[in-house]
Amino acid sequence: MDPFYPLQLLANWITYNVLGLSATSKLGASLDFFLFDVPKVLILLAVVIFFVAVIRSFFPPEKTKKLLSHSRLYGGNIAAALLGIVTPFCSCSAVPLFIGFVESGVPLGVTFSFLVASPMINEVAVILLLGLFGWQIAALYVVSGLLIAITSGIIIGKLGLESWVEDYVYEIRMGEAGKLPEQTWRERLAYALGYVKEIVGKVWPYVVVGIGIGAVMHGYVPNDFLVKYAGPGNPLAVPLAVLIGVPLYSNAAGVVPIVGVLIAKGVSVGTALAFMMAVVGLSLPEAIILRKVLKPKLIALYFGINAVGIVAIGYLFNLVIPLAR
Amino acid sequence: MVIKVLGSGCANCQKLEALAAKVVSDLGLDADVVKVTDIGQIMAYGVMSTPALVIDEELKVAGRVPTYDEVVALLQRSAH
Repeated sequence: MDPFYPLQLLANWITYNVLGLSATSKLGASLDFFLFDVPKVLILLAVVIFFVAVIRSFFPPEKTKKLLSHSRLYGGNIAAALLGIVTPFCSCSAVPLFIGFVESGVPLGVTFSFLVASPMINEVAVILLLGLFGWQIAALYVVSGLLIAITSGIIIGKLGLESWVEDYVYEIRMGEAGKLPEQTWRERLAYALGYVKEIVGKVWPYVVVGIGIGAVMHGYVPNDFLVKYAGPGNPLAVPLAVLIGVPLYSNAAGVVPIVGVLIAKGVSVGTALAFMMAVVGLSLPEAIILRKVLKPKLIALYFGINAVGIVAIGYLFNLVIPLAR
Repeated sequence: MVIKVLGSGCANCQKLEALAAKVVSDLGLDADVVKVTDIGQIMAYGVMSTPALVIDEELKVAGRVPTYDEVVALLQRSAH
């Protein structure tokens, strides 16, 4: 049974009994959708972030760096992309993390595989996709994120762009961290709880707005309305979706509900996924932070490779899955 | 005692700095809380994730904001 079924009953009761809206009315459908999805997504989010935070407490970046130093092309890129998923990484740590990798001998291409995978494969997005659309779409998302991260790292590694990194990065000498005391379980759980509070506190407005937009579309936009514009018939839908997605900067938690509605209204799965990856993985604030360590042409290349990769993935899925419904 | 908070000025770094200052005053310790924002100096402690807490030149916490009780314990241990 769906564990969220009681929430659905509650949403139905408020919408149709308390407020007396008709189940066939647009307003009723929108409100019911909103009242069900907001608590559902917030609960999913809190539970998932808690477990992710506990797992992450075992993979501090200092450990990841040790695993990756002196790694080679290909193998190193794969390992870096996988570690990118579990290593805790907030954009404010991007600079010390990048310098630490480079300084300890992690090849530039391998470092980039990590830098791409870390924001692109967002654990919140994975779980929400799992909860809202099932494991197939969630798996597609993870696999495509890994593919982009691995290939873009290999390309940057092959091009030998070490001189496109700001020169001072190579002059910094890292000290020995000494041995940090291993965290106790108590500390891990406290960290996870604090992390849940921080993230949910930060993203709930995105969730509410995202689901609000989704709810309005759910009720008022006719099914198949978007097929004309973004369905399989429009070959330019994927690059357009990416172009729209890049300047939008939202949390994964806000985008996933919209993606669900887009698919329901006739947007091809690949196009919708490309849109989501562009919103989550390519963000302007991250570019501004990375500017401290990368010269502008390397940032442009980094964004360019990723955008092309996302477009390619979008086309691929559109080919593989005609219309997942 | 010298307490250093390493971080480039993100929200969590400010949180840790305020927390350290509060614990110092609550415990009535004779300690200075110093903020380190220079990336070269931060890296010199071997830290890759901020915020980080250094007590008397020894790295204690990296990449997270510890709880109030944890900071109390760390400072009391170092004070003796």
